[in-house]
Amino acid sequence: MPKLRPLLKGRSLNWLGVVPFLAFALLFLILPTMNIVTGAFFDAEGKLTLQNIGNLFTPEITNAFSLSIRLSLASSIIGCSVGFAIALAVCLGGLPRGLRAVTMTFSGVASNFAGVPLSFAYMATLGRVGFVTMLLRDWFGVNIYTMGFNLIGFWGLVMTYVFFQIPLMVLIITPAVDGLRREWREAAEVLGASSSQYWRMVALPVLWPSLLGTLALLFANSFGAVATAIALTGSLLSIAPILLFNQIRGDVLQDPHLGYALAFGMIVITGLSNGVYIVMRSRAERWMK
Amino acid sequence: MKRFWSWAAFGFGFCYFFLPMVGMVEFSLRMRRGTYSLDAYRSVLGDPQFQATFGYSAVMALLTIVFGVFVVVPTVYWVRLKLPRLRPLIEFITLLPLVIPPIVIVFGYIRLFNTSSLLPMTGSAFGTDVLLMLGYSVLSLPYMYRAVDTGLAAIDISTLTEAAQSLGASWPVILLRVILPNVLVAVLSGAFLTFAIVIGEYVFAALLNRPAFGPFMVWAGGNKAYEPAALAVMTFALTWGCMALIQLVPRLFKHQRAHR
Repeated sequence: MPKLRPLLKGRSLNWLGVVPFLAFALLFLILPTMNIVTGAFFDAEGKLTLQNIGNLFTPEITNAFSLSIRLSLASSIIGCSVGFAIALAVCLGGLPRGLRAVTMTFSGVASNFAGVPLSFAYMATLGRVGFVTMLLRDWFGVNIYTMGFNLIGFWGLVMTYVFFQIPLMVLIITPAVDGLRREWREAAEVLGASSSQYWRMVALPVLWPSLLGTLALLFANSFGAVATAIALTGSLLSIAPILLFNQIRGDVLQDPHLGYALAFGMIVITGLSNGVYIVMRSRAERWMK
Repeated sequence: MKRFWSWAAFGFGFCYFFLPMVGMVEFSLRMRRGTYSLDAYRSVLGDPQFQATFGYSAVMALLTIVFGVFVVVPTVYWVRLKLPRLRPLIEFITLLPLVIPPIVIVFGYIRLFNTSSLLPMTGSAFGTDVLLMLGYSVLSLPYMYRAVDTGLAAIDISTLTEAAQSLGASWPVILLRVILPNVLVAVLSGAFLTFAIVIGEYVFAALLNRPAFGPFMVWAGGNKAYEPAALAVMTFALTWGCMALIQLVPRLFKHQRAHR
């Protein structure tokens, strides 16, 4: 061992120190993903083909993707707006200081409270005999289920997803809101700007990249969510990740390579939206010095 | 006026998050007809399947944490000390699990480590358990890396390393007795987050066919009426506990340090 040390000190062997990590990442993160991606471009005989990607454009699969995209868009736009409003309220709204710490802590918990238990909480609240459903029926005579609401439907799922989207938004956007300097507001006021002019011409343009970036992140976050939807709908709702889940379990598409193409499509969408997030974040950081 | 809208936004958020909490607690108490009782909790806690799956997931979470610490801490330390140019690459890799949907990663595992492959890990229960643990380590990588990286940024590792080396410490000693105690708080916060993520995880466990807590909860959701709500309350309390510990641990340690 003592003989090894001068060796390790040599510059050329320093890279050995990261080999375990790189091997781990390669074997259990990068290679499995690459395997799926390449699988999407080969047919059963091992020949290079674009046929699998072309086969994605059947009504069943395009409908699943479009439903997934609409679901993620709706939940991320709502999560983004409400989360931003809450962040503004606790940072700049003149609320008691203690509320901010409470909000941040709760957001940390709630953004991690996703998946199966979250869907149970919503079933107990907005299901057919849920707490709020019964409350509305008994106190206000409103039966939301006869009015067309269904927790297992589109808006029910959106409401459930919003539960983890809002806290995530609050957690990510608060540092950006804190980054708005008091001097900017004062400078705008000295120059005679009204409050709405300050927001329109100074604050929002500064926050814009952060808002857009976080929207992209929230989109990716709900696009990849599987467990919440499965626990809520019993894998019946045809969204892209559930379709892939059923495909992995029992080859419901009767073509393994179509499964890889499906997974590849999901990577493309989450990859793109995360790319938007990274680009936007680096833009936003210009103002955060 | 501004304050009114602030209260309105906060109030809306409060209701949005409060009602499902109340709903799930209320529902979990409804098992006995006409009165509130803890029957659902009793039924859950007495269920041998609950005990088995929860125990399985808890052990998995602990193993994931240990493995994560042993992979992440030396790597972050080494990169900061000797290979700062590699940092962007390592950081990029640790962000990948947030970009690639977990379902795709586990799909890759099933393809790559199946019984007819070079490394047939899914061939035996033990091999699949190891694979599941490694998969959970991948899932928790972004959080573990961030936590440890912030922890190491706060201490002067090159001075500490030189001091330890001039006293004759070997690399394992430096890592275990100098670096690790200094980033323990950061490691613990990563560990609690990992625990919260792993304990209720569904997709990996379901697709690798392991008897974990997540699949058990989904099964209960389809077959029981009041127990799922009780499970949700318990999981929420657990998540809350993990987050509380993350907030608490640094304070406890600061206290200790001030005395020194």
